Amino acid sequence: MGEIDRASPEILKELEALRKANAELLSEISALQKQLQGTVEMSSKPICIDGPNAISLEHNTKFFSQTQHILYGSSSVQESVAPSEAKLEVGSKARANINEETPNSQGISVAHLENDWIYEDVGGCIRKSMGNCERLHNLDPYTISRYSRQLLVPAFGVKGQENLLKSSILIIGAGGLGSPAALYLAAAGVGCLGLVDHDVVELDNLHRQVIHTEGAVGETKVKSAAAACRAINSFLKVNEHYSGLQASNAVNIISKYDIIVDATDNLPTRYLINDACVVMGKPLVSGAALGTEGQLTVYHHDDGPCYRCIFPVPPPPDACQSCSDAGVLGVVPGIIGCLQALEAIKLASGTGEPLSSRLLILDALTTSVQKVKLRGRNHSCIVCGDAPQLSRENLHQFDYEAFTSSLMSDKIPQRKQMLPLSYGVSCKEYKRRCEEGELHVLLDVRDAHQYAISALPNSVNVPFSQLKERVPQIQDLAKGIDLEVEEAYPTEVLAQSLRPIYVICRRGHDSQKTVQFLRSNGFPDTFDIVGGLECWTREVDHHFPKY
Amino acid sequence: MQLTLEFKGGLELLFGSVKVHQIEVEPSDGKDKLKLQELLIWVRNHLLKERPEMFMKGNSVRPGVLVLINDCDWELLGQLDAVVDEKDTVVFISTLHGG
Repeated sequence: MGEIDRASPEILKELEALRKANAELLSEISALQKQLQGTVEMSSKPICIDGPNAISLEHNTKFFSQTQHILYGSSSVQESVAPSEAKLEVGSKARANINEETPNSQGISVAHLENDWIYEDVGGCIRKSMGNCERLHNLDPYTISRYSRQLLVPAFGVKGQENLLKSSILIIGAGGLGSPAALYLAAAGVGCLGLVDHDVVELDNLHRQVIHTEGAVGETKVKSAAAACRAINSFLKVNEHYSGLQASNAVNIISKYDIIVDATDNLPTRYLINDACVVMGKPLVSGAALGTEGQLTVYHHDDGPCYRCIFPVPPPPDACQSCSDAGVLGVVPGIIGCLQALEAIKLASGTGEPLSSRLLILDALTTSVQKVKLRGRNHSCIVCGDAPQLSRENLHQFDYEAFTSSLMSDKIPQRKQMLPLSYGVSCKEYKRRCEEGELHVLLDVRDAHQYAISALPNSVNVPFSQLKERVPQIQDLAKGIDLEVEEAYPTEVLAQSLRPIYVICRRGHDSQKTVQFLRSNGFPDTFDIVGGLECWTREVDHHFPKY
Repeated sequence: MQLTLEFKGGLELLFGSVKVHQIEVEPSDGKDKLKLQELLIWVRNHLLKERPEMFMKGNSVRPGVLVLINDCDWELLGQLDAVVDEKDTVVFISTLHGG
């Protein structure tokens, strides 16, 4: 310092200026360091960013899986994505918005990491890259973890999952078949799921329509099912179609999806779905279940037949049983619905052999699964044949209900009055006559298994199918002879004229046929109890069980 | 000729609610094979219990019924002209619509 003291005032002046500049630089560096520390919440986990101009903040090459903000230069990037606050959480819903671009006004190059992806903002555009993992596919680490057990299946693998994530599948009917189909497709990771139904959830649906809960009774099936699917997989896009499928909207709805699942419960809708799939060139996964039996096939795929090729003429309406009439064991549509999900996954992912030109038949009572060979495409089919009459332009004009003589719903058609009105009494009138003490016979003509569910006191069960054979028994009843307590009746009672017979069934259909039969077979005093037991519950006794 | 006949998809209701029937039937002209046309008539006359119109229409099965001979659609085998042999299985199945 002595030498400096002795130096010339010019040199001292120059030195002072240098010291000042040095101090300014130091404070600038310190400020920058502070800024750096404030911006980067340094993780204990290592960070490594791939790319030619990347800044390495740590030296380990492992991924890290926490959301962080880092200062970042630029990187090798492939996809553009949109960040949002929601993205900061692992597994957040925001991931579903991937591929949308949003500008960023700040213009600084900031990136954050989520689930091993690096989300980077460069020049107002957000981009995504994957750290130092070699990019052999488009599955991010979260997706890999989530679907790992499927990726491990050699026949399915990464390609299958990628295809599935890109696919859109439409499920028509959110009931017994649609419930398991939707749950499995949502869980398996399809890209987009469409749900079609116009019904609301009812109490008697719950035993088989397992996607709906007690709390959903009264709610629309589509809303309830969509919520359940989203709860399983928040990345899934769910489209809700509340109006149900009709000839007027079928082509439009079906055109938006890759694969169609027929999970409906009625004949005209099955023809409609088939036709719309054919004219729009979509494969159709068709399932049906009733009682203890189920059926499954894939129509209009790989030059296989369509529904009309197999069933060009609809069956007579009397041959079509519905779940509300014939019943269904809940697990049966459950199995078929799962198989429908399986076929849809196979079609969407390009895995295995879809069940085209073959029909699977399930018999739950004997646990037998049969697979049979079906005819091929019918070249004269009116929809998929060589000279089709139906097209996407004219399909909406086809009257499916008239074609099949049945309704586009499995709801019970209105009771038909077949008898002269004087042959019937209302439920209330019948009750009044009972209270007056009129001696009569009450015949319940339902099948024995239905009679076992609930029956009116003092009724006698003579199933409609056994009517002819049991006329002698009916005669005895009308004479006042109870076969089991015959001694109790004195002969003078037996000599009296026949007692009136009242006939009841579930909904008042078979009872009318019974009255018709008995009146023309020697029982003129026979009356129909109009509307059956359902009407009895409605008008006389609300506590009488309805099924 | 011994055959196994099965009625499914609700058709069993027309056959006394019995799904599987082991039957013994002789081809009318003494041949060793039986045409489906002949078998259908035999079924109508011997097994069918009620509502024949729910099983047959004209001389064939009603619309909505599939006939499978040894797990194969009878359309591929000649329909009414298809033949069955000793110990064959013929399934009559009504298409289901429920869900």
